Amino acid sequence: MRAIVRFAAWIYAIAIYGFIFLPVVVLVLFSLQATSFPIPPFTGPSLRWYQAVLSDARLTSALVNSLLVAVLSSLASVTLGFLSAWGFARFVLPGSALLRGLITLPLTVSYLIIGMGLLVLFNWAGVPKSLLAAGIGHVVINLPLCFAIIYSQMGDHQINIERAARDLGAAEWKVLMMITVPVMAPAIFAGFFLSMTFSWDEFVISFLLTRFETTLPVEIWNLLRSGLNPKTNAVGSLVFAVSIVLVVFFELTLLRRKPA
Amino acid sequence: MSVAGDNSRALPWALVTPALAWTLLFFVLPFIAMGLSSLTAHEGGAFTLANYSQFFTDPSYWRAMVNSLEVTAIVTAVSILLAYPFAWILAEMVPERWQRLALMLAVLPFWTSYVVRSYSWLLVLAQNGVINRALTDIGLIGEPLQLANTRFATVTGFVHFFVMLLTLTIFANLKQLSPSYRKAAADLGAGPVRIFLHVVLPLTLPGIMVGAFLTFVLCIGDYITPQILGGNNELVMPQLVMMQIGRRGDFPLASALSIILMAVVTVAYLACARWLKIERA
Repeated sequence: MRAIVRFAAWIYAIAIYGFIFLPVVVLVLFSLQATSFPIPPFTGPSLRWYQAVLSDARLTSALVNSLLVAVLSSLASVTLGFLSAWGFARFVLPGSALLRGLITLPLTVSYLIIGMGLLVLFNWAGVPKSLLAAGIGHVVINLPLCFAIIYSQMGDHQINIERAARDLGAAEWKVLMMITVPVMAPAIFAGFFLSMTFSWDEFVISFLLTRFETTLPVEIWNLLRSGLNPKTNAVGSLVFAVSIVLVVFFELTLLRRKPA
Repeated sequence: MSVAGDNSRALPWALVTPALAWTLLFFVLPFIAMGLSSLTAHEGGAFTLANYSQFFTDPSYWRAMVNSLEVTAIVTAVSILLAYPFAWILAEMVPERWQRLALMLAVLPFWTSYVVRSYSWLLVLAQNGVINRALTDIGLIGEPLQLANTRFATVTGFVHFFVMLLTLTIFANLKQLSPSYRKAAADLGAGPVRIFLHVVLPLTLPGIMVGAFLTFVLCIGDYITPQILGGNNELVMPQLVMMQIGRRGDFPLASALSIILMAVVTVAYLACARWLKIERA
């Protein structure tokens, strides 16, 4: 009886793994298709669709745009998030709980609605659709995340180190740059990398707020109009590879340090 | 006290003001703009409730909301039912040293791009896709099934994403559970089934509720999965919103629909928050 239950459990786990991996395996497999349709039978392996992606100027410039928006918006998010977390953690401010609530509020609202709001506002204010507009939207969604991560990691023992530095005569900016930032580095990096992955993958805000120059997810969306296409598979597999590299890097550099 | 000095009052505000200003300018203000826009018949028109009354009187708009709620409810239920046993197996049956790897593998496709993930399901479910091909090859079906562009496809795409998410949250929940509860129940003579139903399940229920709420919020606000996998046969709310912007450039109506959608999420949140509080007490 026990053995049967165990066996059934393993079968179940394998089935769920199968379900989870099925679309990814199909995606990557048919990105290596030699013929023009990413449907069975498999005719590869061939790298022709990867070549097609890399020689497609629209896709490569969208990829550069995506990286640019992701890096810059994450830098802005993590800077604003860090400064405000430091301010709220170190000083007693009137209405602190309320203000902290305000900063984290965007976390509870769907991207579609944040994008819609910005679209209406920019439309009124005459701000043209652009990568900058999308970047602003990405800071709106990632700033609360950076703030929450960094704020939650600011403990008392760090206050003491800062005090020691001040007592030894360090100016406030020196305390910030030489004590607080290095001590908080893991949380700062965590905020930065999470923001990077969210911005890199974000679709609906970029879709609403950009026009000619756009990000990779939107360009992939445009590719979908042509139906099933191995080129979409190839670009999707590349995006997947980049994300995996980011995640593994994140895992190796940050999470391993945690026990210390 | 150690931060006393001339700048002690100016400094903290200088630190928090940029983030607050950003939130006010690019989150609160857009929201107000959207609210005002939703109350006009067209850009810059006079104030009216026409957009809202249109939602409540036009059955096709209602239908989109009902579709949204139905799809979200199905997705939430199916995802929990699939993820719970899976998380349990990972937490209880996989040896400790392999658990981290097993969990990382279980959520690996999480990191594919959202748009690409939905597209991948299209490859699987298409008329001449992998599943139809496999089923015809073994002779189970003569004609390919209509799997893509259906509610089934939308639900499948969503469930795929949320099984990964819920596995993470439920796994964390199960690991936090002290084994002494189960030992105590076993010492008192409860069998494995009773231990699960009366000890483990109730203790993990708050975690399940958090996961369920997260699923609800992310699912009901998503445009990509229903648009790519469900097609236009059956619209959900986010598709309706995007349609107003895309085809007709009707910002006021799109704003009104967004606000209605947000109101539904808020109601769900309030209902859930109350429930969770009771659960913890």
